[in-house]
Amino acid sequence: MIPFSPGDLLAILPELIVMGVGCLLLVIDPLTAEDRKERLVYISLAALAVAFIAQYWLLGLRRPVFSGLYVLDPYGTFWKLLLILVAGLVILLAKAHLKLEAIDLGEFNAFILLSLSGMMVMVSGRDLLVIYLGLELMSISLYIMAGFKRFERRSMEASAKYFILGSLSSGILLYGISLLYGRTGSTMLSGIKAGLAGLPPHDPILLLAMILLVVGFGFKVSAVPFHMWTPDVYEGAPTSVTAYLAVASKAASFAAFVRVFMEALGGVKANWQVLLLIVSIATMVLGNVVAIVQTNIKRMLAYSSIAHAGYALIGLVVADAAGVAGVMLYLALYAFMTLGAFTVVTMLRKGGLEGDEIEDFTGLARRNKWAALLMLLFMISLTGIPPTAGFIGKLYIFMAAVGAHLTWLAVLAVIFAAVSAYFYLRIIMVMYMREPGETAGTPGHNVRIVASPAIIAVLLVAAAGVLVLGIFPDPLVKAAQSAILP
Amino acid sequence: MVPLSYYMVLSAIVFLTGFVGVLIRRNIIILLLSIELMLNATNINFVAFSHYLNDVSGQVFVFFTLTVAAAEVAVGLAIIIALYRGKATVNVEDLNLMKW
Repeated sequence: MIPFSPGDLLAILPELIVMGVGCLLLVIDPLTAEDRKERLVYISLAALAVAFIAQYWLLGLRRPVFSGLYVLDPYGTFWKLLLILVAGLVILLAKAHLKLEAIDLGEFNAFILLSLSGMMVMVSGRDLLVIYLGLELMSISLYIMAGFKRFERRSMEASAKYFILGSLSSGILLYGISLLYGRTGSTMLSGIKAGLAGLPPHDPILLLAMILLVVGFGFKVSAVPFHMWTPDVYEGAPTSVTAYLAVASKAASFAAFVRVFMEALGGVKANWQVLLLIVSIATMVLGNVVAIVQTNIKRMLAYSSIAHAGYALIGLVVADAAGVAGVMLYLALYAFMTLGAFTVVTMLRKGGLEGDEIEDFTGLARRNKWAALLMLLFMISLTGIPPTAGFIGKLYIFMAAVGAHLTWLAVLAVIFAAVSAYFYLRIIMVMYMREPGETAGTPGHNVRIVASPAIIAVLLVAAAGVLVLGIFPDPLVKAAQSAILP
Repeated sequence: MVPLSYYMVLSAIVFLTGFVGVLIRRNIIILLLSIELMLNATNINFVAFSHYLNDVSGQVFVFFTLTVAAAEVAVGLAIIIALYRGKATVNVEDLNLMKW
């Protein structure tokens, strides 16, 4: 009999709320009349608000849950607060966007909540079994969401590709976990750490397990060379799903990545730091260089998200307190700017379709100066120019690298940040320096801007996040630094 | 008694068969089968390790892996059916609307 206390249930209250309401929505969705579907949006937003408050109330607590399989700690709480916030913004964004795309709303919210609960489990699991289950709950929901526009072939294609490559990567990750279990005799992170202490550092099976784990998690955070799915899935999936993929799924995967490598494999750092160093450099180089030649904005943002995974990986290469805090800070700030950029993309409509080509942005400043101004802000922030959030994120990551005597890596990352300015600033140039086409066939012709209160709310939160956290990052920096792994 | 290394070699062979299958086969249903092979290779590993370590958590892991694999197949087949309705193909080379 496993010892079990009511306190354990209280510690996972936010997860229970999100998961419970997610399941509930699946049941009540078919019973809801078509014209009342919007109520489901409000139910899920209310559930997220309650979960956020419950999680905030647990802030700062640290206790093992379910005999150490699960944990309530500031690290997990930091990520969960971020993920709940992002999920809420995506639901708001989707409310407007899915109506334009004529996609059913009810199931969508259910899947957002279910994948969110998977992410929450994944960031707080302290046993590889729990982390794996959370990861699968997240991924399976996301495979479905990528194909939500099921009458459009691009969306189905994205879903199929994501499914095949995603389950392949889960299989590889699982094989790595099995080898790690065989070598250390435990699937608990603390048990693996203890088991590793008695092994030679260059044990071949251990090294293989480590490589397989890097491959598995590398897929999920879209690090090169495991990034092939990213551009296709980001382009094909409905844009609100893409935003969710790019922000929430990446943040949750990074959270689990860092926890597994720091808590379980922290004792054999030297073995994986070099591997991650190579992956990180390859990710920055490929992401930034290939983004230059893209003509589709969603594809360009996909490569940009690959490049940002490369910067964030520097924090894990450094693998100390400053590095971990850097990763947390980077992804929290990255969430606002990426979500904002994708939100602007959903606003552009060309006929019945989404204007997702870069040339659809031609002369946007003439058509709608606010949309152009916000896009300008998000692009500047993604480049990493002060006084925006992107600068603060990069600053702390690079400081961590310099602190660990990896100055050359920081310099390299700055050089590639400069390369990235080319394709981010190109969007600004296209928006501000060109006239929108007046006749059919010219770039920017026939592009409308669609705004709704929900979208404006998302844009305001994202823009406020980018600007306020760019100028006063102190509260968030302190929150991240006090929430690092022990 | 069969030594542990035999099981590990078997599982490695099954895993590689599945992995190579995903890389070289073109029928999306065969890809699904190959992924299942990879998951089953993992199960062999877990059960073998669990036996030799006298530790039950490996066997518990297998139960969860089987369940997850079933859920994954259910979703995967649904996606394949939806894809087939749109394109009337199960060949991954026909998934070429976007650069692969």
